[in-house]
Amino acid sequence: MAEIAGSAQGMAAITTADGRPLAVALRHAERVKRWKAFFLVLPLLLFLGVTFLYPIALMLFRSVENPVVADNLPRTLAALESWDGEDLPDEAVFAALAADLGEARENKTFGRLATRVNQELSGTRTMIMRTARRVARFEAPFKEAVTAAHPRWSQLETWAAIARLGDRYTPIQYLAAMDLGYDVQGNIVAQPESRQIYRNLFLRTFWMSLVVTLACLVLGYPIAYLLASLQARYANLLMILVLLPFWTSLLVRTTSWIVLLQTQGVLNDLLVWLGIIGDDQRFQMIFNAQGTVVAMTQILLPFMILPLYSVMKTIPQSYMRAAQSLGAPRFYAYWRVYVPNTLPGIGAGCLLVFILAIGYYITPALVGGEDGQMISNLIAFHMQKSLNWSLAAALGGILLAGVIALYWLYNRLVGVERLKLG
Amino acid sequence: MISLPPHAGPLERIWHYVFLLICVLVFGFLIAPLLVILPLSFNAEPYFTFTEGMLSLDPEAYSLRWYEALFDTNPNRENKWLEAIPNSLWIAACSTLLATALGTLAALGLSRSEMPFRNLIMGLLISPMIVPLIITAAGIFFFYARLNEYAELTGSFIGIVLAHTVLGTPFVVITVTATLIGFDQSLVRAGLMCGATPTRVFFKVVLPLILPGVISGALFAFVTSFDEIVVVLFVGSVEYQTIPRQMWAGIREEISPIILAVATLLICVSTLLMIAVEVLRRYNERQRGVTPG
Repeated sequence: MAEIAGSAQGMAAITTADGRPLAVALRHAERVKRWKAFFLVLPLLLFLGVTFLYPIALMLFRSVENPVVADNLPRTLAALESWDGEDLPDEAVFAALAADLGEARENKTFGRLATRVNQELSGTRTMIMRTARRVARFEAPFKEAVTAAHPRWSQLETWAAIARLGDRYTPIQYLAAMDLGYDVQGNIVAQPESRQIYRNLFLRTFWMSLVVTLACLVLGYPIAYLLASLQARYANLLMILVLLPFWTSLLVRTTSWIVLLQTQGVLNDLLVWLGIIGDDQRFQMIFNAQGTVVAMTQILLPFMILPLYSVMKTIPQSYMRAAQSLGAPRFYAYWRVYVPNTLPGIGAGCLLVFILAIGYYITPALVGGEDGQMISNLIAFHMQKSLNWSLAAALGGILLAGVIALYWLYNRLVGVERLKLG
Repeated sequence: MISLPPHAGPLERIWHYVFLLICVLVFGFLIAPLLVILPLSFNAEPYFTFTEGMLSLDPEAYSLRWYEALFDTNPNRENKWLEAIPNSLWIAACSTLLATALGTLAALGLSRSEMPFRNLIMGLLISPMIVPLIITAAGIFFFYARLNEYAELTGSFIGIVLAHTVLGTPFVVITVTATLIGFDQSLVRAGLMCGATPTRVFFKVVLPLILPGVISGALFAFVTSFDEIVVVLFVGSVEYQTIPRQMWAGIREEISPIILAVATLLICVSTLLMIAVEVLRRYNERQRGVTPG
């Protein structure tokens, strides 16, 4: 294009039928074509923008948004600005607190305030609820009245927490999602051991996904090899065995694993019937991490086999023959010639399986038991049970960042247009 | 290559049979869980395992009671399954239509060589398939909660359809772009030169040629919606049941082997859909002159 434009300028005489310079006309035509292509994609882009990207942005926004304390205690926070953090705040702050709590009581928003402060500093729920209920009867000096209502108002820790929660936007949920928090001085410190959950959960999610990915690779590689080297007729028939689980509902497959593996299930019955174990020694094979890994491996195996197969199909058989005729033993030739050629397939399959595995929710929720829960399950717990939506959003944000990094890598190494379905 | 050469040594022979055995075992691992469900759904007893009678092939031990319970139309007994089936079908049908229309248009644009930022946009359009469902579901939950002042989307038919359309479009985009790779663009120019409008060219020339890909994509989108549970759990409502939601409740509370009957029917449906897609794929390859592989 640039070359054409350059030569056209050089000659300057070439024009189109309507008298415009050729280079200009061509550039215009190219631009029109680009816009036409773009307009075809535009409806879907807009649709996904509204119903997919915007909701996710909304979730990420919620993970840093922290309006409750700032909305409910505006005067207290303003008065706290000059607080040095060394001693208890002065009378002005307590007076502002009494005014704010009185208003929160009228607006009936003090429950939310109590919940939010309690998430940060446990045990403060009753403090706020009780004080807010009595606030109408308070008289100056407010310092005595407030601290008499609940002793925790006379702790520096409480005031530090309130000052910290006053920020409208805060990374505090992300810190919580990594088992970190602030101490009284405002330094970032690790949570006490007994309250650390999330870091272990991220590690476990990572570890389980890794095991599932490796298991898929080990099981999928021979199958893909078999399919790639069989005649097309037989390969197509066997391919159905791979595609059928791929098409079957996730819930159906999870159900069938429960039926197979539970203590009164088919496999345990078989082992008892064969006399390998006694009726009272049945194995606990499901509702734990191992059961989850087994079920997830079966569910994700087709996603490993398909990319491996499509790469193996393109490796000419003559490579192996050439290596062998040059004197390499069969295994050596296989290891040094065939396997390196399948590396793109291995990379594609492993990345895809890993990406899908770390976000898994349904299977761990149904067969995970205690130690098979993954990060998605905790996000669901905070969304539906504990109703700590900001923390759920922060956990989701971290998970999303991991997935996007892996997806970017997949796009760089494999190319998203190579993604195939069956 | 898979057959043993006549000069193979004993070690190679042993390895060859070990390899075949491994393959058989892995195929068993893939397919056995599905096969186990089928006979168990005809169990006469409310157990999730084979009874003595079933193993000795006693006809008494088999029955259709769970299928009868599934399609029980007695108005005196509440049957949530019967409510769930049409709901699921309608949601899947509507979201498939939307996803297919949007996805096909986008794929047409993406396969043009002039498309700007092609890789980036393609990555974006595929991302609903990659982003963990729980994140999509949570995001849509917040989104609908915010919209509730204007339109009650949470728990509504339209709300679920829109969310399922999001999840279905990547499949349509992938299958249709794959079909368009071998598409001869000069056919479009020929159509235009003969005086047809671009719309007419699309419906008379392009669509008939890419139809196998479009239908495959639509079937994928249909299955995605039909099986979808996470979004339904977040933005659905208790009154608006779908089949996966019923199954989810059934598995968690272990009420009855009706879920095995449902699972069997779902396996049959997915087998049919799979065969349909395979047939379409081969038809498409034949049409384009690619040897079926």
